[in-house]
Amino acid sequence: MSAARGSAGAAAAQAADFDRARVRTDAALWLLQRASAFVLAACVVVHLATIFYAIRSGLTAAAILARIHSSIAWPAFYAVFVVAAAVHAPIGLRAIAAEWTGFRGRVADLAAVAVGVALLALGLRAIWGLAA
Amino acid sequence: MIRQGALQRFRSHGDRPAGWWAFIVHRISGVALALFLPVHFWALGRALEGEAALDGFLRWTENPGVKVAEWGLVVLLAAHLTGGLRVLALEFLPWRDWQKSLAAVAAGISLLVAVFFLLAVR
Repeated sequence: MSAARGSAGAAAAQAADFDRARVRTDAALWLLQRASAFVLAACVVVHLATIFYAIRSGLTAAAILARIHSSIAWPAFYAVFVVAAAVHAPIGLRAIAAEWTGFRGRVADLAAVAVGVALLALGLRAIWGLAA
Repeated sequence: MIRQGALQRFRSHGDRPAGWWAFIVHRISGVALALFLPVHFWALGRALEGEAALDGFLRWTENPGVKVAEWGLVVLLAAHLTGGLRVLALEFLPWRDWQKSLAAVAAGISLLVAVFFLLAVR
């Protein structure tokens, strides 16, 4: 009897630990989401201005490459942009998947990490292609 | 009794509060941008195959259908930025009404400057 109660108590404690870990994870992700949002807000304003400027002066591969080769600041800017987006997008998708489709838990977390890594790899590859 | 301002009444639509619409637009635009991002990176990655490959892709984007889609994406990006700034303001700023009015005036002036700038660039 007491052994059964003991094991139930252990299971409850384990569940509480698990819940605390999830709350900590969610809080950390919330903070990361907001921190990346601040970076992205600045990047998106620059990006929109660049889009307006670029299409007015004619969108050609030569023009894009010339701009990006003109200063190390451009590849650096895009690297920051890609990292922030690769952090921001999967956290948002994870929250939406949990709220709207019920897809949550370990598999959902791993899927979000995979999306982030894929975005990071694709984005940095593109910068490399344009800047190298 | 809580007095509802004219602006607040204007922003509400039916029985849905304005915040609900802002939330939905922010969410849908976010998902759309997340889906578009890998395609965007893949397209720019064409530069790895040389300038001609990237130019070939850019010629495809001259297509009127693609042009419309591009403008849609720019609008989605601007909408998501605006919605995101709203979320950050709600969460981080303990603002008073006069401060919100000041922010609205500042946003209006910024928009005017931006429009003049865009007209000047042409």
